[in-house]
Amino acid sequence: MQNKEAIVIGGGPAGLTAAFELLQAGASVCLIDRNERLGGQLTKQTHMFFGSEKQYASHRGIDILEILTNALGKYGNKLEILTQTTVVGMYRDKVLACVKGDKFFKLKGEKIVFATGASEKALPFENNDLPGVYAAGAVQTLMNEYGIKPGEKVLMVGSGNIGLIVSYQLMQAGVEVVGLVEAADRIGGYLVHASKIKRLGVDILTKTSVKRAIGKESVEAAEIWDLDEQWQGIEGTERTLEVDTICVAVGLAPLTELLQQMGVKVQYVREFGGNVPVLDENYQTSVEGVYACGDLVNIEEASSAMVEGRIAGINAARSLGYDVENADFRIKALHHELKDLRGGPPGDKVRKGLKKLGVAT
Amino acid sequence: MRIKEHPILELAEKPPIPFYFNGKKLYGIEGDTIASALHANGVKKLSESIHLKRPRGFYCAIGNCASCNMVVDGEPNVRTCITPLKEGMRVENQQGKGHIHAK
Amino acid sequence: MIEKDGVPSLNQVKAEFPTLETLEKPKAIIECYKRIPCNPCETSCPFDAITVGEDINDRPRIDFDKCTGCGICVYNCPGLAITVSQIKGEEVHLKIPYEFTPLPEKGKRVNVMNRSGEVITQGTVTKVQAGKKQNKTALIHLSIPKEYVYEAITIEVSHGS
Repeated sequence: MQNKEAIVIGGGPAGLTAAFELLQAGASVCLIDRNERLGGQLTKQTHMFFGSEKQYASHRGIDILEILTNALGKYGNKLEILTQTTVVGMYRDKVLACVKGDKFFKLKGEKIVFATGASEKALPFENNDLPGVYAAGAVQTLMNEYGIKPGEKVLMVGSGNIGLIVSYQLMQAGVEVVGLVEAADRIGGYLVHASKIKRLGVDILTKTSVKRAIGKESVEAAEIWDLDEQWQGIEGTERTLEVDTICVAVGLAPLTELLQQMGVKVQYVREFGGNVPVLDENYQTSVEGVYACGDLVNIEEASSAMVEGRIAGINAARSLGYDVENADFRIKALHHELKDLRGGPPGDKVRKGLKKLGVAT
Repeated sequence: MRIKEHPILELAEKPPIPFYFNGKKLYGIEGDTIASALHANGVKKLSESIHLKRPRGFYCAIGNCASCNMVVDGEPNVRTCITPLKEGMRVENQQGKGHIHAK
Repeated sequence: MIEKDGVPSLNQVKAEFPTLETLEKPKAIIECYKRIPCNPCETSCPFDAITVGEDINDRPRIDFDKCTGCGICVYNCPGLAITVSQIKGEEVHLKIPYEFTPLPEKGKRVNVMNRSGEVITQGTVTKVQAGKKQNKTALIHLSIPKEYVYEAITIEVSHGS
């Protein structure tokens, strides 16, 4: 078993900034990701980010990934990157069981930062397991990372930012978006994203959902129907759309399994789609020396995940005994950035969720 | 099904990678995962549900949901959505839970 | 209703326009109808014409006296929610953000769409800016009949021949 000073699990926006802050403070970092490439969801974000300059607003996600990975570059020998490595077990004494290819090995970290992100939820409807019913983020990966169209005609389910953005990106890839359905009575994501697809001819249907997928070996059509005040489908309102792909964008669930294996205290928060770790103001979990950040701790935009990663990274470095320059000032400023990002109506849900966790916002 | 032109991404032409799907020779390209190469070839069914044998495709594309598990070079339960494609790989639809084999 | 279908009302749109007299010079029309945490329009404007302010969730406000209609905010807005409009005689000159391929060529006749995604008229592409500065959000200049000043918002996407 190898001992490591700091281990960061997950190389997405939160993990990358956490690793950077640890390295900048002088710590050695082992960064683990199960994918071949670092970046997490940034690898496929072809759109410009919101927020302010501090979170690289107006830059595309794929370009932000380059900025973040370049920033890690100068720490060469202090940074060990283990890609295609899956952490399959977590023990209370901060021992990780890892699998890379056909190799199994254990690592022990003095401090551990979890940035494992979230996974997309499924939606119950008839034939929702047919090939062609894909999570929207998965379709984004297929298109923007591998350059492959998911199909030719798509029905999008869900009007949060992911549903709206992926609809637009499907059109950019030359795929027809036949329509977007939303169960709620209003659009969930930013209206600028909604207007952007509507003016290009994509109809957004609120109080509408998918009743079933139709097809034998894969999706051949989708049946949609109107929903009543109790969110139930209304018989007689069904209509069939000829599509070969149904994209499901109905939210995310934090990936807390590893944290729970090591006995970290979690709490169910509906706003964040599942169990999330209970944190102190330093983004430290209930286990001393174990930190968490990003979508794992609350479902938000990648802009916030990057800020949280920095806070967790600085705090982890400090707890290792490193003297972080202007640490108090920087952490205060980073908390202020989060407050800004969560301050408006899109942040309502996040603030509500954080309140349940007892976090001041 | 490959995107030919894209306003944001630069899709450079990449060398082909031959592999086998259920014994049939197909081609992916450098940078593909097994699942992306199959999708580019129009193969959507990757696995079967264990009891009802219903067709399953990929779902999450981040190595989380197990819907894309296939048998690769004799090894079952390979998460094909995050496993890079390699020349000569033998990829097969998986039936059931897969069998552990001694090497 | 914009919250339900993504289409702002004509009144909402008109409220973002200056007077038609002011529009004889090119001006940015910012259609950011809901508070979101975002301020690149403010930080990208070289003339300090756009203000979001301390709280980045506030809606941008524009000073039409300072706005030159340069179009820099158009390709820096992550929401692609800004256009530039100018009335010239019987025509409206429009600058729109465009992120599809292939880009239309100068001189091409294109279908012009309204905010509901319907083709309302035809226009002529008068210039295409798609350099390093635009960073893949091209700025398409269009000339369209004046009567569509409050309606025209984008052009129909054509994926090649």
